[in-house]
Amino acid sequence: MVISELTRGQIADEITKYPLKRGALLPALHWVHAELGHVTHECAAELGEIFGIRPVEVMEVVSFYNMFYDSPQPRHHVRVCTNLPCSLRGARTLLSRLESHLGVKAGEVTPDGRVGLGHEECLGACAYAPMMRVDDVYYEDLDFEAATRILDSLD
Amino acid sequence: MLKVPYVTSYLTEHFGDDAFGTIEGYEAKGGYRAARRAITQMSPDEVVELVKESGLQGRGGAGFPTGMKWSFMPKETDGPKYLVCNADESEPGSFKDRILMERAPHLVIEGMLIAAWAIGASKSFIYVRGEYAYPAKQMMRAVQEAYDRGLLGRRLMHSDFNHDIVIQRGAGAYICGEETGLLESLEGKKGQPRKKPPFPAQFGAFGRPSTVNNVETFAHVPHIVSKGTDWFRSFGTEQSPGTTVFGVSGHVLRPGLFELPLGTPLQEIVFDHAGGPPEGRRVKGVIPGGMSMPILPAHQLDVPMANEFLRERKTMLGTGGVMVMDDTTCMVRVGELVSYFFRDESCGQCTQCREGTGWLHQILRRLERGAGAPDDLDILLDVAGSMEGQTICAFADAAAWPVQGLIRHFRSDFEEHIRQRKCPFPESFEL
Ligand SMILES: Cc1cc2nc3c(=O)[nH]c(=O)nc-3n(C[C@H](O)[C@H](O)[C@H](O)COP(=O)(O)O)c2cc1C
Ligand code: SF4
Repeated sequence: MVISELTRGQIADEITKYPLKRGALLPALHWVHAELGHVTHECAAELGEIFGIRPVEVMEVVSFYNMFYDSPQPRHHVRVCTNLPCSLRGARTLLSRLESHLGVKAGEVTPDGRVGLGHEECLGACAYAPMMRVDDVYYEDLDFEAATRILDSLD
Repeated sequence: MLKVPYVTSYLTEHFGDDAFGTIEGYEAKGGYRAARRAITQMSPDEVVELVKESGLQGRGGAGFPTGMKWSFMPKETDGPKYLVCNADESEPGSFKDRILMERAPHLVIEGMLIAAWAIGASKSFIYVRGEYAYPAKQMMRAVQEAYDRGLLGRRLMHSDFNHDIVIQRGAGAYICGEETGLLESLEGKKGQPRKKPPFPAQFGAFGRPSTVNNVETFAHVPHIVSKGTDWFRSFGTEQSPGTTVFGVSGHVLRPGLFELPLGTPLQEIVFDHAGGPPEGRRVKGVIPGGMSMPILPAHQLDVPMANEFLRERKTMLGTGGVMVMDDTTCMVRVGELVSYFFRDESCGQCTQCREGTGWLHQILRRLERGAGAPDDLDILLDVAGSMEGQTICAFADAAAWPVQGLIRHFRSDFEEHIRQRKCPFPESFEL
């Protein structure tokens, strides 16, 4: 069993909130990611069993959403918004400087697996650009110095 | 940084006050009195009529009349009806729903309660985009507070009305903002929009009659109930009453939120409120309502920001996300960026959309790099035209319109790229 009892309890609790069991699949996947970081085939099989659907149906959902993963992830996701409002205020320049700072290109992970750098579409911080999202936290009104300070402080 | 609008009105006046986000602070400002009044003193039909008379239009992008939408819900059913709050806010340039949830979660909940009463919904779902971890947390805390106070749950406010609110977090897909994509996602599936009809009022969440409204739409409702339709109509225009929370971004000195009456001239928003472009720069174009809405050139900023006027200029209010571009900006580059987004986010169900967004991006990319051919503009317009009104959802239109708008108003930018075989805007933002 890869999904712990604790997480199973949380999933069971989510299921009670929905008129149909399947409604709790996204919440369940969030819990699974919080515990395991990504969804393996074994994990999909277990979720399939809980929800009474085939594992491939679970994986279809996983692959549709950007925030669900089917492979191991870096310790931290750092994503710079590069949509129009942010790009107009220098987001691409910030991103390329962060690429040099970390020595990886957007879309890559540092060799120690610490940081995955990437760009992201509009995150709803348009007036506070440029900005980046580190895991679940927004950092706004950034300049290069502030951004690198945040990156360097990540474990 | 505290995100308080630079200009406030009835929705946002207490945003500077942290306590307003808590139940005590919200009730201290008269919060939940409107819901109490609606649920204990008004019939559901009376509430629907009131909202109809107020002229409130949805703030989620399409501007559909809210009261009319509520009246589509069947009155008698043999099972549950649902209310859905669309908090997926992913339209580039929009960030008002986020700040509403962060600063005034109870205002949103109160509006939902009133709506739920009006349509007879036993349960609501708030679908918050996955990236909005903090706003979702604020909403969850506020929902819990409302339960603890007896404002949600069984026999709430000592009435016969029962209502539960469930918060679901999305997981990163723009298309889940489209209401039927959202419903699919709520049901634990891929967020692929449904064919309509049937509309959500007949076949919505979990196959039950449902109403979907935007976060900000709900926030207006308690004010309408407590202060009346005449008061509400004293803001805005005849056809578009009320205020909205404009989000201004891009090349302005004071980017931020501004709550202003609908019908406020765009130039007033851009120059007087947001401070205009940096010293020595001029405005070149402004996208008035989020990235799906066609751009306006500098000489059209006199337009009042309400759909009846914006439509005459072939654009729309959308989500009120105002993006300002100064004279350094290359509009072909804007086109490339915009079309990349739509290509990336198409759910792929419809051929015109899946292929069309790819074509648009490929051609615009080629043009921006100076490798465009003279007939590329015709091809672009052809592809864009073939995407309009042909697909399961309005995403394909939303992808086609901005490109049409850019060519309509900035054709010479495109032609110069072709003639000079390079981008003639060396100072434009980096892509
Ligand atoms: C591609 C697409 C994306 C959309 N995204 C959102 C969104 O993020 N938030 C929202 O409230 N409405 C969004 N909408 C509009 C919804 O489909 C729906 O009209 C709206 O939630 C209704 O609420 P309202 O009547 O209160 O405006 C989107 C529509 C389309 C076609
Ligand atoms: S128009 Fe595009 S986004 Fe909408 S359903 Fe069709 S393919 Fe999906």
